[in-house]
Amino acid sequence: MSSATDSIVPTLAGEPAGPPKNERLLAVLQSPIFLVGAFVVLFWIICAVFGPWIEPYSPYNDDLMNTLDPPSWQHWFGTDQIGRDIFSRVIAGSRSILLVAPLATILGTVTGTTLGLVTGYFGGIIDTLLSRIIEVLLALPLIIVALMALVALGPSDPTVIVVIGIIFAPLIARTVRSAVLAERQLDYVSAAQLRGESSLAIMFVEILPNVLPPIMVETTVRLGYAIFTVASLSFLGFGIQPPSADWGLAISENYDLITGGYWWTVVFDAGATASLVIGVNLLADGIQSGFE
Amino acid sequence: MGRQLANLLAKRLSISLLTLLLLSVLVFAGGQLLPGNVGRAILGPLADAASVAALNHKLGTDLPVPVMYWRWISHFVTGDFGTSYSFQLPVAPFIGHALFNSLKLAGVAFVIVVPLSIFGGVYAAMHARSWIDKVISISGLSMTVIPEFVSSIAFILIFGVWLNWLPVSATAPAGAGPLVQVYHLILPSMPLVFILFGYIARMARAGTVEALDSDYTRTAVLKGLTWRVVIFRHVLRNALLPTITVVATQLGYLVGGLVVVESLFRYQGIGSLILTAARGKDFPMLEAGILTVGAIYVLATVGADVLYTVLNPRLRGGGR
Repeated sequence: MSSATDSIVPTLAGEPAGPPKNERLLAVLQSPIFLVGAFVVLFWIICAVFGPWIEPYSPYNDDLMNTLDPPSWQHWFGTDQIGRDIFSRVIAGSRSILLVAPLATILGTVTGTTLGLVTGYFGGIIDTLLSRIIEVLLALPLIIVALMALVALGPSDPTVIVVIGIIFAPLIARTVRSAVLAERQLDYVSAAQLRGESSLAIMFVEILPNVLPPIMVETTVRLGYAIFTVASLSFLGFGIQPPSADWGLAISENYDLITGGYWWTVVFDAGATASLVIGVNLLADGIQSGFE
Repeated sequence: MGRQLANLLAKRLSISLLTLLLLSVLVFAGGQLLPGNVGRAILGPLADAASVAALNHKLGTDLPVPVMYWRWISHFVTGDFGTSYSFQLPVAPFIGHALFNSLKLAGVAFVIVVPLSIFGGVYAAMHARSWIDKVISISGLSMTVIPEFVSSIAFILIFGVWLNWLPVSATAPAGAGPLVQVYHLILPSMPLVFILFGYIARMARAGTVEALDSDYTRTAVLKGLTWRVVIFRHVLRNALLPTITVVATQLGYLVGGLVVVESLFRYQGIGSLILTAARGKDFPMLEAGILTVGAIYVLATVGADVLYTVLNPRLRGGGR
C-alpha cells in the first residue's frame, strides 16, 4: 500500500490541471480587455498616490470670488459652490475610494478563503450553515445590509471596510469551497495526508496554491462591487464626510445644480467613478477569460 | 407532474421560510442589538439617565433579547409593524404606500428592460462572435457595473437638461393621469434599465447560444422547418428559461438600486423610505422596510423556481 503510493506521488504531485501557469499568465497579460482595464486602474492609483504633486490647487482651499466658474485655463474642470478647484478635487477623490474598497475586498478575501478552505476540506455542519448564510445574504441587496450596519454602528471608514468585508467573506468562501472540493479528491492531498502532514498544512500549503486562480478572479470581481458600494454609500451620506474630496460625496452635494446648467460640478466626478468601476471590471474579465 | 411539482414546491417553500426566519434575526440584530441602547441613541449623549431608562421602558427595549425578538416578530407576521419613532404613527401604512410607488417605478423599468435585453441577448447570440455581439456583450458588461447615481447624472443631463425631452421630477403633478405618471417615471427608470440590461442580455445570449448548438435544433433544421419556426418554437422556448430566473433574482438588486434612484429623484418609494428611516435612526421603520424587501425577494425567487419548473419540458414529466 505505502510503496504503491510512494511511487505515484512524485509523478502526480506537481502536475497542475489545465495549461501550465506561465501560459495562462501570458494569456491574461496579452488580452486587450485586461490591458485597457489595467491602464485605467493604474491611472487612478497614480492619481491617488501622487495626487498632492499633480493637483494644481489645494482641494480644500475655497475662493469665494470664483464660485461656480465654468471650465477654463485656470480651472480645467471649473470650480464648485465655494470656489474649490474641481480638477484638484477629482484627483484627490481617488484616494479614499482606492483605500476603502481594496481594504474591504482584502478583508473579505482573506476571511472567505480561510472559511472556504475549512468548509471545503472538512465539510459537515459548517458547510450547511455557510450555504444558509449565503442564501440569507443574497436575499438583501449589499447596499441595504451595509446601510443597516452603518446606521447601527455609525458611519466611518473602518465600519464600511468591516461591513463589506464580512458580507463578501461567505460569497468568496463559496467559490473557494467548490474549488477545494475538487482538489480534495486529488492524489497529492492523499499523499500529504499519508505523509502525516497536519490539516492546517494541507489546507494552506498544499491546496491553497492550487486554488489561487479562482480566488484571484473572485477577488477582482468583488473589488468592482466594493467600489460600486463604497461610491454609492458616500453618495447616500453614509461614507466619508464633508469637506473631504470624494466623488460620490461631490455628486450628492452638487446634483441639484445640474438643472441650472452647472454640469461641470458633477460630470467629472461621475466620469471618474464610471471609469474606475469599468476599469476594475475589465481587469476582472481579462483575468477570468485568461484562466478559463 | 402533479406530485413531483408539489414536492419541489414544498421543499422550496420550507427553505425560503428558513431563509426568512434567519433574515428576520439578522434584521432584528441590526436594528435592535447593534445600536446598543436605543433610548440613548434617540435622545443623544446629553440626555440624563432617567429619561433614557424611561424611554427604553416605553419602547420595550429594556426586555430580555428573546422576549424582544418574539414580541417584534409575532406582531410583524400579523401585519403590525410597530410604531415609527419619527412619526409616532403605525409603520404599516407607510410601507404599503411606499411599496405601491416603488412598484410603479420598478414596473416601468421592467417593461422597458425585459423585451429590450432579451432582444439584445438573442440578437447577439444569433450573430455570435460578430462585432455587434462584442459591442452588446462589452457594453452590457460595463453598463451593469456603473453605480446608479452616476448613470442618473448622465441621463438627467442628456434627456432632462440638454434635449429637454423628459421631466426631471419623478413625481407627477397631483391629480395627473396614469400616462403622465409613467411619463415622469421614464427618466428615473433609466439607471435601473441600464444595470439590468447587462445581466438579462448576458443570460439570454448564453441560453440562445446553447440552444442553437443543441441536437434538437439541428434536428429541427434538418427536418426542413423554416428558420422562423425553428427559432420561435425550438430555440427561444429553451433559451429563455434561465432568463426567467435571472429576471426574478434581479428583483432583489432592484430594491438596492431603488434606494439610490429614489433618493436622487426624490421619489417616495420603499428605497427612499429605508434611507429616510436610516438617516433618522427610525429603527421600527427601517426593520419593517428591510424585512419587506427581503420577503419580496425570497417570494420572487420561489415564484421563479416554480415558473421555471412548470415551463421546463424536461421537468414537466410525461405529457406531450
